[in-house]
Amino acid sequence: MNLVKGIDARARKTLAPHLRALENLQFIRETMEGATAFTTVPGAGGIVMGATALLAAVVAAGQPRRDYWVITWLIEGLVAFCVGLLAMIRKARLAGAILLSRPARKFVLGLSPPLLAAGILTAAMVRAGLIALLPGMWLLLYGAGIVSAGAFSARVVPAMGLCFMGLGMAALFTPVSWGNWFLAAGFGGLHMVFGILIARRYGG
Amino acid sequence: MGKGTALRKETTRREAGPGIAGIDVDRLIHERIRLGIVSALAVNDALSFNELKRLIRTTDGNLSVHARKLEEAGYITCSKFFQGRLPKTQYRLTAAGRRALERYLSDMEALIEAMRDR
Repeated sequence: MNLVKGIDARARKTLAPHLRALENLQFIRETMEGATAFTTVPGAGGIVMGATALLAAVVAAGQPRRDYWVITWLIEGLVAFCVGLLAMIRKARLAGAILLSRPARKFVLGLSPPLLAAGILTAAMVRAGLIALLPGMWLLLYGAGIVSAGAFSARVVPAMGLCFMGLGMAALFTPVSWGNWFLAAGFGGLHMVFGILIARRYGG
Repeated sequence: MGKGTALRKETTRREAGPGIAGIDVDRLIHERIRLGIVSALAVNDALSFNELKRLIRTTDGNLSVHARKLEEAGYITCSKFFQGRLPKTQYRLTAAGRRALERYLSDMEALIEAMRDR
């Protein structure tokens, strides 16, 4: 998508015709990807995800047992995942054309491995009785996933990921009792703040 | 878009002359900045002047000149309005513009195919 990057106009003219054609196609694809990246991640979805997380934080805080607390957040994770996916599909459909689902798919694929790792670690940590570490681990891995999946999106997306990672680190090294509120601040607060920002500036 | 614009579009295409390796490519969108504008608009409902400028990384002058050419050809539409106190220029791809891009894409594919067959 960068006109200056790659081959300049003069060098392009000396290329063989089919290479010029290939280069043109690549330029179109990169421009499209660049142009959709800053619209792929749905701001409206982030706002809804933030709202459900805040609700989950309140519900989870009222749970008498630690395993109920974990289950509350796991349900919230599942709900948020579905909301995010639906919002992304909706936004990709608005853009609606051939090459368009690519950035959205790349984002989901980039986010999946860290989420899967978080799922496996959750099971392992619950089994080992390390529930206190869950909030930090979730925030850290979700943030890492957003940073890498959003590497080709508008800078606001990886920036949100970094904020999540920062909160995760803080959660790991502060009193355990703060964990629930770190989750509220991250999955609730950050999602809403960045959701509003993305919805306003990056088309929905 | 009136009759005049459609006529001008046809003229531009006919005057295109030899493109790449004899294939008569649409000069109107072959140019880099214009190709960038059309590609970016193909995947967005609408883009503002500033969004396009950032995406294509070009200057105000260049973008407005090339956008004007595309607008004259009926490939894009331009609307100006006020958002609060700030004037905003917004571009959209027309059906003709989308067809032109699709034609351009298939021209490029034809070129690559031709080389494969050789």
